[in-house]
Amino acid sequence: MSRTILTIDDSRTMREMLRATLSTSGFTVVQAEDGRHGIEVLEGMAVEPDVIITDINMPRMDGFQFIEEVRGNPDRRAIPILVLTTESDSEKKQRARLAGATGWIVKPFDPTKLVDAINRVAA
Amino acid sequence: MDAMAEIRQTFFEECSEQLAELEAGLLAIENGEADSDTVNAVFRAVHSIKGGAGAFSLDELVHFAHIFETTLDELRSDRLPATDRVIKIMLRSADALADLVSAARDGGKADAEKNAGLADELKALVAEAKGEAPPAAGSGAPSGPEYDDGMGDLDFTPIAVDLDDLLGGVAGDNHFRIVFKPQARMYAKANEATRVLRDVIDLGEATITCHSGEVPLLTSLDPEGAYLTFEIELKTEHDEDKVREVFEFVEFDSELTIERVMAESGPLEFDLDGVDPDIAELLARMKSTEDAAPQEAETQDAGASDDAPAAAAPAEAVAKPAAAAPKPAAKPAAPAKAAAPAEAKAEAGDAKGGPAAGSPSQTIRVDLERVDRLIDLVGELVIHQVMLSQRAYQAGLARASEVAVGLDELEQLTREIQDSVMAIRAQPVKSVFQRLPRLVREVADISGKSVRLVTEGEWTEVDKTVIERLADPLTHMIRNAIDHGVEKPEKRLESGKPEEGTVKVAAMHRSGRIVIEISDDGAGINRKRVKEIAINKGLVPADANLSDDEIDNLIFLPGFSTAEKISELSGRGVGMDVVKRSIQALGGRVSISSRPGKGSTFTMSLPLTLAVLDGMIVSVGQQTVVVPLTAIIETLQPKPGEVKNFGGDARLIQVRDAFLPLVDVGRELGYSYEPASATAGVAILVEAENGARSALLVDAIQGQRQVVIKSLEANYGRVPGIAAATILGDGRVALILDVDAVVATSRVEGNFFNSGMQHAAE
Repeated sequence: MSRTILTIDDSRTMREMLRATLSTSGFTVVQAEDGRHGIEVLEGMAVEPDVIITDINMPRMDGFQFIEEVRGNPDRRAIPILVLTTESDSEKKQRARLAGATGWIVKPFDPTKLVDAINRVAA
Repeated sequence: MDAMAEIRQTFFEECSEQLAELEAGLLAIENGEADSDTVNAVFRAVHSIKGGAGAFSLDELVHFAHIFETTLDELRSDRLPATDRVIKIMLRSADALADLVSAARDGGKADAEKNAGLADELKALVAEAKGEAPPAAGSGAPSGPEYDDGMGDLDFTPIAVDLDDLLGGVAGDNHFRIVFKPQARMYAKANEATRVLRDVIDLGEATITCHSGEVPLLTSLDPEGAYLTFEIELKTEHDEDKVREVFEFVEFDSELTIERVMAESGPLEFDLDGVDPDIAELLARMKSTEDAAPQEAETQDAGASDDAPAAAAPAEAVAKPAAAAPKPAAKPAAPAKAAAPAEAKAEAGDAKGGPAAGSPSQTIRVDLERVDRLIDLVGELVIHQVMLSQRAYQAGLARASEVAVGLDELEQLTREIQDSVMAIRAQPVKSVFQRLPRLVREVADISGKSVRLVTEGEWTEVDKTVIERLADPLTHMIRNAIDHGVEKPEKRLESGKPEEGTVKVAAMHRSGRIVIEISDDGAGINRKRVKEIAINKGLVPADANLSDDEIDNLIFLPGFSTAEKISELSGRGVGMDVVKRSIQALGGRVSISSRPGKGSTFTMSLPLTLAVLDGMIVSVGQQTVVVPLTAIIETLQPKPGEVKNFGGDARLIQVRDAFLPLVDVGRELGYSYEPASATAGVAILVEAENGARSALLVDAIQGQRQVVIKSLEANYGRVPGIAAATILGDGRVALILDVDAVVATSRVEGNFFNSGMQHAAE
């Protein structure tokens, strides 16, 4: 059974990159283009994703707001959320953490590191 | 690797979009039309480019984007005011970023010196915003993958020092004691102690003890609370960093201590043989201190280690191993290996049943070939529909019959389909217009002028091919407007104009064509000078009596250039004649109007599509030929006295006060050997690419119609004098005349000195 990852990034490049990396590693990838879209996609999913990977800087709804909104729903507290940050920006990590992020991935990501991080938080 | 190449292509496509957004946003900020969304979008554009570039290890691009982004962040957080100066630097940086992207894409090299200079300017802005002194110039030079760590100027390589080497620790034999007490908020972030412990076990040999003493009675237990403490004894070959990494996501949401436990091998023993005598003595003294003060060590809690400051913590562990654990717990009876709390999360159901992500995208990407194939088929459909109607009526179908009504509806529908299909290829001219601000900045910069660009009608749509071929002439006309039209700032002030000149580019639809106007508020055409030059170059007779309009249009003549010195911009051997020719090649026209002291306006008018053409259907010999309407100036009925023989078969026709060569189209195309009677036919005045006027002699005009262009070259072969073919409503094939070619061959063959003889010989 393949695990499902919801990836949220406004950059098409990053989305394709994540899809390529994750599907090669056997994950099923569902994508959204910004936080608001991410919530919509999440609402439409019959089964919650195993892990959510989200960018921070996005139009309409940024990653922080997205995480807060997901965590605001008690049923979604247990979904691990990983944040993509461009550099190891401790301020952003801190904010994401306070918003309820489970962990983070530093861009540009190394495919093995990405999969490691998912395995670290996924059940 | 294919997938990577594709993503790379996506990245560059996205870069172009982001760059356009960046520039548009900065221009909006400059014009004071920006809100916080615009500023954020600008920031995000650079941020995204940086992110993608990082993934492809495009270090130079990442480096510059990073500095740019940092500066934009100051702008975004209102620490840096969006003054004209600031935005100008940012616009230039956006240009530099675009260059870097192109260089990365095409494997070229960006102007490193210029970029370093800009990077310095950007850094200075950040320093300004932060109220610091600007950093020293030169620090903006690319310095490898580390961005702005403040150590760019320091030239040293840090040397890793490992205490293990000093104290005899061996890799593979590290022993850690970890106390891990998750807090409730850790679970609220979907982190699980179980998973962390699992990762710890993966590192080596772990003995995990779970202390459950804090678990309250069930009545007072908070199901989302955290009550367990895990004590882990870990033997691993990994170092402390690796161990800490496991706890990376949870360390702020738990109480965590990770301590290195020294091997309990008694006092340190050093092998003093072969060691430098000084060091040997030092080590010996350390050893003797340790030996001499064991009690002290007990009472003062690792006092011995004070003499060896580098090893404080491990030494403590050596002295009092038991005291190292902060919570001395009773020895657990049976160390539970990874005693886990209940699995909080059941395995999620099969994901395959889940829905695919609904993409909100409102556009689809279609291969251009498919669209062209569709356009082609619709062209056929139009022809067949017309043929069907004509045949039906020829067969005596009554106009009021139901079939006739059906045919009318079919015609209507067919036209609508044709328009809709053509619209697929139509694109807003925005894609060309958005390149203009940069062009204007650069040209203004080089020519030392201050110019503002105003664009209008950028959503006006036109065929993709027209757009692609529009860029060059438009670029040249704008260069020309700035270089020759707009005056230098001093001169503008002298003549009472604002210091900053304005170049306006406006697109609009007008009677089935697209019209683009390029106007400037410069000095206008210097007619006296233009006329002088034209006379000096022998382009017009010295005594020519020219109207203002005619003088203005002299600049389109081949070989004309008003620039007194060849400037970097316009002196590229390309004059307005080339512009005119490329516009005519698109079936377009260009004209100029100018008011001295007020400025000039260039107007070009182009067909909306290259797939259809407005043509005049004429009869030549027994054939039907289409003359592109764009080439036609006027038609007239030659009167006997107006046509003059000029040796051989060459004839001239007098049109008002000028004599124009009369081109016998039937003979040129080989439809007849006999010269056609001029007075029985119709003369069509045309203007060739080079601006020369001629009259085409044809038998009769049948009408004017929009025709679908069919390539003759693709379907048959190249035919001199013919540009393409089309199918008329009655199903006949008609050839579309290549006006320039016909006029040009008539000049060569039928020039005034040897004419008819050659024809006869052919």
